[in-house]
Amino acid sequence: MANLLEVKNIETYYDLVYAIRGASLAVEEGSITAILGNNGAGKSTILKTIMGQIEDQPDKGIIEFNGKPIQHIDTDKIVRKGIAYVPEGREIFDELTVHEHLLMGAYTRKDSEEIKQDIDQVFKYFPVLKNRTNQWAGTLSGGEQQMLAIGRALMLRPRLLLLDEPSLGLSPILVKEIFSIIQEINSKGTTILLVEQNANMALSISSTGLILENGRFVMKGKSKDLLEDKDVKEFYLGIKSETSAKGYQRWKRKKAWR
Amino acid sequence: MIDFIQMIVSGVAVGSTYALMGLAMVIIYKTSEVPNFAQGEMALITSYFAMMLLTQMNMSVYLAFFLSFVFAVVLGCFLEFAILRRAKEPNVLGMIVITIGIEMIILGFVSWKFGADQKTMPFPIGPYDSFIIGDIFISKLAVLTLVTALLFMIILYLFFKYSKLGLAMKATQQNSVAAQIIGIRTNRTLMMTWGISSLVGASAGLLISPTIMHPFMMWDPMLKGFAAAVMGGMTSLPGAVIAAYMLGIIENLFGGYVSIEFKTVVAFVIIVLVLCIKPSGLFSKHYIKKV
Repeated sequence: MANLLEVKNIETYYDLVYAIRGASLAVEEGSITAILGNNGAGKSTILKTIMGQIEDQPDKGIIEFNGKPIQHIDTDKIVRKGIAYVPEGREIFDELTVHEHLLMGAYTRKDSEEIKQDIDQVFKYFPVLKNRTNQWAGTLSGGEQQMLAIGRALMLRPRLLLLDEPSLGLSPILVKEIFSIIQEINSKGTTILLVEQNANMALSISSTGLILENGRFVMKGKSKDLLEDKDVKEFYLGIKSETSAKGYQRWKRKKAWR
Repeated sequence: MIDFIQMIVSGVAVGSTYALMGLAMVIIYKTSEVPNFAQGEMALITSYFAMMLLTQMNMSVYLAFFLSFVFAVVLGCFLEFAILRRAKEPNVLGMIVITIGIEMIILGFVSWKFGADQKTMPFPIGPYDSFIIGDIFISKLAVLTLVTALLFMIILYLFFKYSKLGLAMKATQQNSVAAQIIGIRTNRTLMMTWGISSLVGASAGLLISPTIMHPFMMWDPMLKGFAAAVMGGMTSLPGAVIAAYMLGIIENLFGGYVSIEFKTVVAFVIIVLVLCIKPSGLFSKHYIKKV
């Protein structure tokens, strides 16, 4: 299938900090793609760069959505092209109600009948939110806020959904629930680009995985191959490859990721 | 007894102008968290503009007022677009200083262009036209101001509660990053806020101008309107209006029964008390962030 999103060799600076050092990726239409990496590798920065959230960036490189370049244009125009973004740490409006959030999520749309249907659809995905329709979002729990952030993004009817660490700060059961809903959303035709720390979960639902280190992609492959890869197992999944009889680890597997 | 009722009536009358200024300030504060100290002078220049149209161009009152309101909206949008948006790495304090700068520029411009002396505004209702009920005088202008203030309050309240643009304005204030990523043009939203606020403020200016018209005429209403907005919690529209009327009435009663010299100071004593006892304002309900 055709690539919905193509990022070609982008470089991003935060002032003088060289954060993304030439990264390329392609997201196939209808797939789930996962980006993994350590803290500070630049995972969130890639998503922010795609959304045009960092002023005057990317410094170099091309970002193409649906075959058309989208770098250096305003965030709201990128949103109107059909990319929804769930930022890290939820970013909800504390003093708007759940219902108002969902209405605001559809801010760029004009079809009020279908907006109503979509609100029902979001409540079907996240039944907890339905009981909180008229409650201020600031009073919700962390998990509910995450669900609300995803629901708000879905109200856009996006072609591509960017998710930045949806599992952040959630209990294991909730993580499972959210990931199964992500899969369900994908099965209805929304392409998903996912950034995660929880490598196991991310690789188990995605079709392609990429590993980011120090602003460069160092590994790319089918998710099920990555799950079997020795280095990925050791460094991301926390499975020790060898143990001594006494349980001491005498040596550590090392890998220069470049 | 007649005195007492008369004082309350004139308190409500003066409270209405405070309410309009308070509303105008609350609108801008709601979206950008900046108290706009240029609010009074924006209304001032609009009033002078209206006077110019009426006296020099001999326009009809309705056309002149309509054009003045258009002028007010354009002025508000222009100030946001040309000055505040250009601020590099803005923080709230910097923005406040910028609004004070705008205020002084407009004040200087008006004094230079029109002179600092008292002018008369050819308003269709004179300052002394009154209804007389029993022994109580109610000025027609005060009734008009009251109606305008309440009308604006209701319209704005509904606007912020139910309209898409109003919601977008609230969203922009609460989290501008999140507002951007759902497709709100935050810059344009802020500009429209300034336009609407300028319109509300200008209506106060036009309603004050028949009584007093000189470059400092908006000082008192602006500061009292700000006081009312603080009392009402800075983000609550009905709160600002109720506080404005309380302020007007208390001020008048104090002037009548205690001391006429210290009448204008009362408002600020009340602010200090409110900030000491309930700093979030009398009528605001805020979600307190859990850390």
